[in-house]
Amino acid sequence: MLKKEDVEHVAKLSRLELSDAEIEKFTPQLSSVFEMFEKLDAEDLKNVEETSQVTGLENVTREDEIKCLDDLTCCTTEELLKNIPIKESSSILVPKVIEDK
Amino acid sequence: MSNLCNLTIAEASKQLAEGKITSADLTKSVLERIEQVEPKVEAYLKVLEDSALKEAEASDKRRQAGKPLSKLDGVPIAVKDLFCTKDVETTAASNILKGFVPCYEATAVKKLKDAGVVLVGKLNQDAFAHGSSTENSDFKVTKNPWDLERVPGGSSGGSAAAVAADECLGALGTDTGGSIRQPASLCGVVGLKPTYGRVSRYGVIAMASSLDVIGPLAKTTEDAALIMEVIAGRDSLDGTTLGAPVPEYSKELEKDMKGLKVGVPKEYFAEGMDEDVKKVIEKSVEKLKSLGAEIAEISLPHTDMALATYYILQPAEVSSNLSRYDGIKYGFSTLREEKEQPLEKVYFESRGQGFGAEAKRRVMLGTHVLSAGYYDAYYKKAMKLRTLVKKDFDEAFKKVDVIVTPVSPTPAFKIGEKSDNPIQMYLSDIYTVPINPAGVPAISTPAGFVERDGKKLPVGIQIIGPMLGEPVILNVSYQLEKALSLKDRPKL
Repeated sequence: MLKKEDVEHVAKLSRLELSDAEIEKFTPQLSSVFEMFEKLDAEDLKNVEETSQVTGLENVTREDEIKCLDDLTCCTTEELLKNIPIKESSSILVPKVIEDK
Repeated sequence: MSNLCNLTIAEASKQLAEGKITSADLTKSVLERIEQVEPKVEAYLKVLEDSALKEAEASDKRRQAGKPLSKLDGVPIAVKDLFCTKDVETTAASNILKGFVPCYEATAVKKLKDAGVVLVGKLNQDAFAHGSSTENSDFKVTKNPWDLERVPGGSSGGSAAAVAADECLGALGTDTGGSIRQPASLCGVVGLKPTYGRVSRYGVIAMASSLDVIGPLAKTTEDAALIMEVIAGRDSLDGTTLGAPVPEYSKELEKDMKGLKVGVPKEYFAEGMDEDVKKVIEKSVEKLKSLGAEIAEISLPHTDMALATYYILQPAEVSSNLSRYDGIKYGFSTLREEKEQPLEKVYFESRGQGFGAEAKRRVMLGTHVLSAGYYDAYYKKAMKLRTLVKKDFDEAFKKVDVIVTPVSPTPAFKIGEKSDNPIQMYLSDIYTVPINPAGVPAISTPAGFVERDGKKLPVGIQIIGPMLGEPVILNVSYQLEKALSLKDRPKL
């Protein structure tokens, strides 16, 4: 059973600002999902390998070169910058993370 | 000309090739249909009227010059808003991506365009493909064309509803745990979830990268096969795509069913299934038998574990994929209003205001199962269970050629019925979810109808095949479709 504080903690790890009403709503909802996970304890998994993907592909690599396939798959710097919230010439502006002395 | 939008892709392709119709007339008919029924159905987030008509005219010119790009040249198709489309707003039906205009095209969309397809528009969905009803869209609720008070399913609900309502001839959707198959079933259309890695995911907004696949929703099996022929194949821009040659799926539909071994897993017919749905599925199994197939009861023993396994793996990958929406690079950001503020505040508030409730729930679930102290108890355990779920299918396919199951335990439910109960919503995918961790292909084919409140509601059957078994499931789907010969269409 999750407590309100658990949800607040995981919201913080998730970088999500939640209102009190949201925390109130999410606590029982997330709890019910975690209850569903309890049935997994029934299975003995000691000798089972993990599966992270199903294709069996390994080390798919290509030459490290700048290549433009065509107009539809390539973007100019200008196009790439179009969606950025704040920028200066061709740089993305990020708020300062180090405090002034 | 007014009814051209009712054509299947195969019929339209034939008539275009014979010069009986033009792409311009076909596209106009689709656009008129959209104008007429869209106020009721609300399947589209954006209709690309001008560019669609231009593309149609260009297609007609190619046809006149005797140089069509493919069989699909000039056929109007629409895509879920999860697909990036160059210079066309792409939102994943989420507020946090409102106004986002990609500068590149998803490979699947590019392949359609290279084949001459006319792009009609972008379709509604659950935001970020999180959901089974399309009610989680941050913008609008799509209605089921068979009963406007009911959901179309989801997350590719806009795609399924638009195809069912003749608002496009075919559509693309995505499927992480049932998001193509379940809405296809609820709207009475064909929906194919291909083998993992069969279709490039490049340019498709990621949900859970080890489970996500791209596939067609169409009026018929043959149409789904025709779309698959165009979109499948290796892509240098997606390292997980498979190199196996792409078969001509539409050429392998006529094979008869004699001697084909069909497995029916007993675990899928346990409690919780609607009795009327069960009858429709049983009747379809009988039909397959009458076509010469051999029916065998089989067991997929870890079915019971699959939903819980999925709801660990999927949110874990979601939380990782959605970490890119940080208010710095694109999409909704509090920086647009206020430039001077601490970085952490930008993260917390942009994400807090930009994400809807379901995205927040999944990000938190995923963050929790991946966090220190819980990783082994949840995530690692789920990856081991994935091995067992996959093994169930590997073992079954040593004995049978295909497996048939229901798609969804119920027909389309009422709008609002499950929207405040995540577990109830998750349970509506109980028969489709196990397929994705296993990576195998599966198709939802219309199998019949049940009646609710005096209205006919469609029910689909799921046909599952082994890895790269698209030809055999399309073949079974086609033969069943022909034998059942369902003629009803939604009345709008």
